[in-house]
Amino acid sequence: MEKNIGNKNLIKDIDSILEKYDFDNHNLLPILQETQSLIPNHYIPEEVAKYIALKLNTPTSKVYDVISFFSSLSDKPKGLHVIQLCKSAVCRLNKYQTVRDILERELGIKMGEISDDGLFSLEYTACFGACDISPAFRIDNRVYGNLTEDKIIEIINNYRRFNHG
Amino acid sequence: MKSCTLIIDNKEITVPEGTTILEAAKKVSINIPTLCNHPDQQVKANCRICLVQVGPDKLVTACSTPVKDGMNVITHSKLVRDTQRGVLELILANHPQDCLKCIRNGKCELQKLCEMFHISKSNLEDEIDSLEVDESSPAIIRDHRKCIKCNRCIEVCQEVQGVGVLSHAHRSVDYCITPAFEKKLMNTLCVFCGQCTSVCPVGAIYEKDDTEKIWHALYDENLHVIVQIAPAVRVSIGEEFGFDPGTKVTGKVIAALRRLGFDKVFDTNFTADLTIMEEGHELIDRIKNGGTLPMITSCSPGWINYIEGFYPDLLDHISTCKSPQQMFGALSKTYYAEKMNIDPSQIFTVSIMPCTAKKYEAERKEMSSYGYRDVDAVLTTRELARMIKSASIDFANINEEDFDDPFGITTGAAVIFGATGGVMEAALRTVYEVVTDNELESLDFTEVRGIEGIKEAEVDLNGTPIKVAVAHGLSNARKVLELIKQGKCDYTFIEVMCCPGGCIGGGGQPIGSTTEVKEKRIEGIYDIDKNMKLRKSHENPAIRKLYEEFLGEPLGKISHKILHTHYSPRNEKLDLEYLQKQYEVAATEE
Repeated sequence: MEKNIGNKNLIKDIDSILEKYDFDNHNLLPILQETQSLIPNHYIPEEVAKYIALKLNTPTSKVYDVISFFSSLSDKPKGLHVIQLCKSAVCRLNKYQTVRDILERELGIKMGEISDDGLFSLEYTACFGACDISPAFRIDNRVYGNLTEDKIIEIINNYRRFNHG
Repeated sequence: MKSCTLIIDNKEITVPEGTTILEAAKKVSINIPTLCNHPDQQVKANCRICLVQVGPDKLVTACSTPVKDGMNVITHSKLVRDTQRGVLELILANHPQDCLKCIRNGKCELQKLCEMFHISKSNLEDEIDSLEVDESSPAIIRDHRKCIKCNRCIEVCQEVQGVGVLSHAHRSVDYCITPAFEKKLMNTLCVFCGQCTSVCPVGAIYEKDDTEKIWHALYDENLHVIVQIAPAVRVSIGEEFGFDPGTKVTGKVIAALRRLGFDKVFDTNFTADLTIMEEGHELIDRIKNGGTLPMITSCSPGWINYIEGFYPDLLDHISTCKSPQQMFGALSKTYYAEKMNIDPSQIFTVSIMPCTAKKYEAERKEMSSYGYRDVDAVLTTRELARMIKSASIDFANINEEDFDDPFGITTGAAVIFGATGGVMEAALRTVYEVVTDNELESLDFTEVRGIEGIKEAEVDLNGTPIKVAVAHGLSNARKVLELIKQGKCDYTFIEVMCCPGGCIGGGGQPIGSTTEVKEKRIEGIYDIDKNMKLRKSHENPAIRKLYEEFLGEPLGKISHKILHTHYSPRNEKLDLEYLQKQYEVAATEE
């Protein structure tokens, strides 16, 4: 059943993550985080959760417990790129609300939604330590700060170009 | 062991080190209120009702805090009472207050606490979650709006039964107890044992109530409504009417069932005897003809659901015999229908079971091999008690009556089906005598009795020693299955009961089935066995007559058609292709 597409085989990649963590279910969190990073749209599909549960000899309900507990993990697909806007104290002082309004207008969606083309989802996050360049957001794992309207539009357009080109 | 001396509410007491405040307080006759605490479970300390004061402004949970030397505990200071009330009001603000309509009205631990603390209406604004009630299964209903998150159900599901369907999920205000991916029970590997319904302190998870269906049938003049009672019910239903656990109330139940309007009242023990005849001969056949061994019993429907879901490769080990409930149903629509000259379509067969999984079993497609459904409706012990109460029957004072013929003559071997080890003991009594032609000196196989998780015994059958084992509670069953899987199992015959203690500890039994209560019910069961005239299934004259008149011989043609069946895997198959496809997308998009 396991077809190998080049050197990309999700099951094999998950297996090597599991191996790295000794098939120890105490390491569910890093296992799930690393697995999620392999999968487009930033989520753990049900089949993947079941597979990991099976391999760890753990009930799927416990895997779901971890997925649903941590906001960095999701059981539902998000946009291809996840924009996480900081709304902690410093960004609040620096008016993250303005950034939010620009993002919502440019993407045509509200916070918590996915854009029609599936490229972006918008969500809030707690402080990730970029207070020196506040207001800031994070797209996937990249941090962008000192955000102005022009800068925001440029960043978004760059992502759009990258994914269409 | 070291001991600690402390003061609880101005009373000095010395207890061994390690005792919790809760246990110590009981010794000075103070029952600190609890909610998540359960005598058979681990300490959870998550409901915060048992807070007590151990210093100025210092509150600790009595259930989880061990006593210390010189401790001064106050269990009802103003601070304690105000905090306990606060905790209760918070729980209540998030709990639908439709107590009068609730299935647990009068048997709810939260309701009792509110009564104790005189809380009728809190000044907090209600914030009831609008969650859907899961009515997907024929056995168990989940109304998680009422859940107080005590985690008792999770412990039985994960640790005791090892099924692992229920777990917690999400956090903060979204924190809840749910199957993975918020699935409905019917779409999970839930075995419907109902142990969760038995430990739930409130009405958040409970048996599907079929009493209306029964009333309907009883009021229908065209239907001939018959009923069978499982062995475990007769030593437990008394608890609903003030009798001590283990009190034998068989005669009273029969009388009550007649007052309710059942046309005939029969005993599942009759088909338990029949099961022993069929299963015993199946075992002998498997030993003689090289069939799959060890053979494992098939009476417990939760157990069948478990092996179908978790160890489908081992299904060949399961006896092909239907359970006594289903055998009774099958006979009621064939042999009995013929004998009484009633069309099977007009017979409505009800069974009274200690079990929620029996409801699921009765609905199985396999259980209508000759055109009619074996059993039309199943009531748990709790539901029957509900019917008796709603018919205003004075159960405590009703005069005892006897079972009807022809399914009323039974043996002691059948009644012990209700306790763990009972099916094994009953089978050994018959198999030994059939194989060796010798009469057993002692009928009591005490090695297989009692509440130890896995029990073993060895029997000498004409020079061939056979090893047998008994497991109850699915986590114990799993241990035995793992031995079989690894090829390390030298047992010939294994009895497995899904629920701890066997059927007397079933998920449909009266609320409050603690280990202590279960032990008393087991005593009651063996007491009935001891006082029976007939104690071996093959000596039951009604069974002999049944074979003469109808079945021919054990494992015969008719038996195969109506009394035996086969089970199929229902495990979750992983969609590996789907996993593959996900990644192809990833590969092209990079």
